[in-house]
Parts: sequence; structure tokens; C-alpha cells
Amino acid sequence: MRDLHKSYGNVHAVQGVDFEVAVGEVFGLLGPNGAGKTTTVEVLEGYRLRTSGIVSVLGHDPGGRPRALRERVGIVLQSSGIYRHATPRELVAHWAGLYPLPRDVGEVIELAGLGECQDVLSRKLSGGQSRRLDFALALIGDPELIFLDEPTTGFDPAARRAAWDTIRALADLGKTVLLTTHYLDEAQALCDRVAIVKDGRILAVGAPAELGVGASSRYRVAWRDESGELLSRETDDPTALLHQLTSAALARGTGLDDLSVSRPSLEDVYLELTAEAAAAGEAGIEAGVEEASR
Amino acid sequence: MSAALALTWRQYRLERRMFWRNPSAAFFNFVLPLLFLALFGAIFAGSQEDLDVIVPGIAGMSIMTTTFVALAMNLVFLREQGVLKRLRGTPLPSGNYLAALAGHAVTNTAIQLSIVIAAGALLFGVGLPEDWLMLATFVAAGVICLASLGVALSHAIPNFDSAPAYVNAVFLPVIILSGVFYDADNAPAFLRDIAQALPLTHLIDGLSAAIVTGASFADHLDDLAVVLIWAALGIVLAVRGFSWEARRG
Repeated sequence: MRDLHKSYGNVHAVQGVDFEVAVGEVFGLLGPNGAGKTTTVEVLEGYRLRTSGIVSVLGHDPGGRPRALRERVGIVLQSSGIYRHATPRELVAHWAGLYPLPRDVGEVIELAGLGECQDVLSRKLSGGQSRRLDFALALIGDPELIFLDEPTTGFDPAARRAAWDTIRALADLGKTVLLTTHYLDEAQALCDRVAIVKDGRILAVGAPAELGVGASSRYRVAWRDESGELLSRETDDPTALLHQLTSAALARGTGLDDLSVSRPSLEDVYLELTAEAAAAGEAGIEAGVEEASR
Repeated sequence: MSAALALTWRQYRLERRMFWRNPSAAFFNFVLPLLFLALFGAIFAGSQEDLDVIVPGIAGMSIMTTTFVALAMNLVFLREQGVLKRLRGTPLPSGNYLAALAGHAVTNTAIQLSIVIAAGALLFGVGLPEDWLMLATFVAAGVICLASLGVALSHAIPNFDSAPAYVNAVFLPVIILSGVFYDADNAPAFLRDIAQALPLTHLIDGLSAAIVTGASFADHLDDLAVVLIWAALGIVLAVRGFSWEARRG
């Protein structure tokens, strides 16, 4: 995929989103609920028409839902039902017939982890198994580009790990993946690059580590010193710092009041970025007004 | 062309399989009209005049359950479940999908009508249809009319929980008014006037002529016209408002 590029006018749900995803990349749209992630993805999938802007998916405009594009794209929607009286194997086999060059049915069932429930009626599948079926149906057409809208929301930790493994397997197959998530750790674990989305705007784009999303590997250690002042320090190595603090306290023969070790949450990252965005926004709004008045 | 047909055929076969695996859908579509036929056949046993009314009446009702009722319920379900949205993300063209769905409904109509006509001939002394061409014409017009009205109704139904209420609110009065169970000409005048506006009344008149009386086709062109006017209305309404996605909120 080349040049996935998209920008909107000043529309409520998505206001000027602009990004590009490279071939073979796992790209994440990270943001809280209601940030405009699903709207953005559904424009790319062809479910929604954009108000304005330029969108190109694999060289096609998704707005007209060209069949040539649908043959090369796999979609996992946030939630979508399936024929309740069919088994995963039947459904995957049926879906294979909808695509010109499908993958092998058995192989996809293995890849999605549906092996043990392939002959169970879909209405009897658990939530995690249904999600795996969603993956399988999105993969069977051997797409170049796969959309995953909140692939693990509502999963228990084991099911999430399994889903992550499947997504990594897709990346290993050279697929381009565009996923949305509101989990920081998910973006960090899976994505080559992440766009942080809030209120229909992109606040930052980059590799998770660059974004300060990586800051979650840092620890914040806080304590009260002898004078009663609350101090805090960020560190990558809390063990060393704690050792230093506790030995000093022991040497003094005093305690360490209000000692705590914490990691910055997604909220911290957001807060930081939205504060930056508010400052930068002034300039952006002026530019927008100028453009509109032309 | 053959690839497009093959795709439609695949989808059609899936719809058929799913139908037979869902006992409640199969019941509503198949058993109910036949049950009515058996019950009224038993009640009217010995009165050929009444049996001559009930057989074309149930034939008309069968067309309505297999197209109007089935499509309205089915589409609301598929839409609310998100199956339509999911299919829309695949390369399957919408036209092939809808053709498969329509073909599935028409297959049920054909099976059902065959049973009703066979029962009429073998059990209820109605004899085989007098005019096959007229029968085929009215059945085709009825299927197009009631199928498109069923699709149109599905747009008005907000969610699957309320679908049976909406569908029955239309279906039950219509089958009673349209003279499925009695000769509509014997109804009070104001009911007759309402019935005259409904497509099923005219469909049953046409079926009655084709199956029982053997009246000439020319005498029933006005019935055909009413059915076709409703069909045109149904098609316009079915195509407008068609939605592949569940409503939000």
C-alpha cells in the first residue's frame, strides 16, 4: 500500500486527519472512545463517505467501494454478526469463494486459532472464538491490507495475547495492518507506528518509543524528604534509585514517607499531548481561517 | 457472466442451508400456511364451495409468508446482526447478494405453492389448475410485489425485537381482509372497500381464476394491474431507504 492519505474539512467527527501507512507496516490509531478512530477507519473501508479531503487506499478511492479494492482488503469490524447456523469451517470456506485468490481454508483456520471450534455452530462460539472467526474471514481473501477496529476490546488477558500473536503473524506475512485501539500497551506491543487521535484530530504520529508512548517504560518514584517536601524523579531503573533512597534513609535512621513507584498512564501521555496541541492549535486555527476565507 | 452466476449460486446455497437449520424460520414459512390449509380443509370438508375459496386463499397467503414476511424478518435480522455490513466489506457485489436472497425466497414460494396446489387437487377436490400460464403470471407478479413490499417494510422496522410486531401488524389484517379464509365478496361493504385496495385480494382473485374457476385471463387484467401498481410502489420504497447497517442509538 502506498500513500494512504486522508484529510477532512472541519467536520465534527473527524477534523483534518492526515496520515500515510507504508506497505508492510502495522499502523495504529490510538485514542479514547469517541476520538473518531472508527469513523476514520470506516471511511477507509468504504462504509462512510468523507465530507472532504483526499483518501487513497491501495491506489483506489474507497468512497466508490470498487470491487478491485475490496478483493485486496480484509476487514475486522468493531462488532459484526455472522450466520448463526453455520460453523467456522463452512463460513471460511464460503468466504473463500467470494475472493479471486483465497488462502487455503485449513491454513487460515489454523492461523486464526479456530482449530478446536471449527465445527461448532457460530452461535455457540465464545466471544474470543467469534473474534478469531472475524480474523479468519478477514484473512481468507489473502488481503494486502487488513483493517482491525478494536481487535481485542473486551478480551481477557489470555485471549488478547492470542489475538496479538495472530496480528504479529499477519505482520510476518508481510501484510499491512491498520488497527485502532484505546489500549496503550496494545499499540506499544503491535504497532510500528502510532497516531494518537483525540477529538477527531491527530495529536502525534510516530513510533511508539518516539511518541513518549514509550515513556510508560519509565517509572516515577516519589517520596518525602527529611524536610517534609514531596519529591519525585523519573527513571528507567527504579531498582537503583530505590536502593539509593532506602540506604540513605536507613543510614539516617529515618523512614521514607509517602514512597511510591508508578508508571505514566495513557492519560498522562494524552494530557501532555493535548496541552501541547492546545498551544500549537492557536497557530493551526489561524491558518484554517485564512484558508477558509480564500 | 458465468462467474457472477456462480457467485450468486454459492450465496443462494448458503442461504438455503441456513434456512433449513433454523427451525423457527422454517416453521413460520412452511408449516404455518400448510397447517391453516389442513385446519380449514377439515372445517370445510364436504363444502366444495368453501374449499374452492380456501385453496387459492392459502396459495396467496403462502406467497405472502415466503416473500413479504420472510424477507422483512430476515433483512432486519441480518441488518441488526451486522451480517449485511460484513458482507458489504467483501467483494461480493450487492446485486448478486440480493439476487441470491430473492432466489431463496422464490424457491420457498415454489415449494409451498406446489404443496398447496397438489393438496388442492388430491385432497380437496379442487382439481389441477385450469390455466397454468395465468397462474404463473399472477404468481410472478405476486412475488415481485410482496417481496419488494417486504424489503420496504424492513426499512421501517427499527430493530429485530420489534420485527414480529411490525410484520404481524401488517400480515394478519391483510390475510384476513383479503379473503384468504372466506369469499371476500361476502364481507361487509366497508371491509370490502379496504380489501379492494390491497394487493393480496387481487392476487387471490387471479389465483382463484387460474386454479379453480378457469375464468378468462382478460377478465382479470384489472387484478393484475393492481398487483403491479403495488409492485412498482414496493420496488421504489425497497430501493430507497435500503440500509446495510444497523441504526445507531
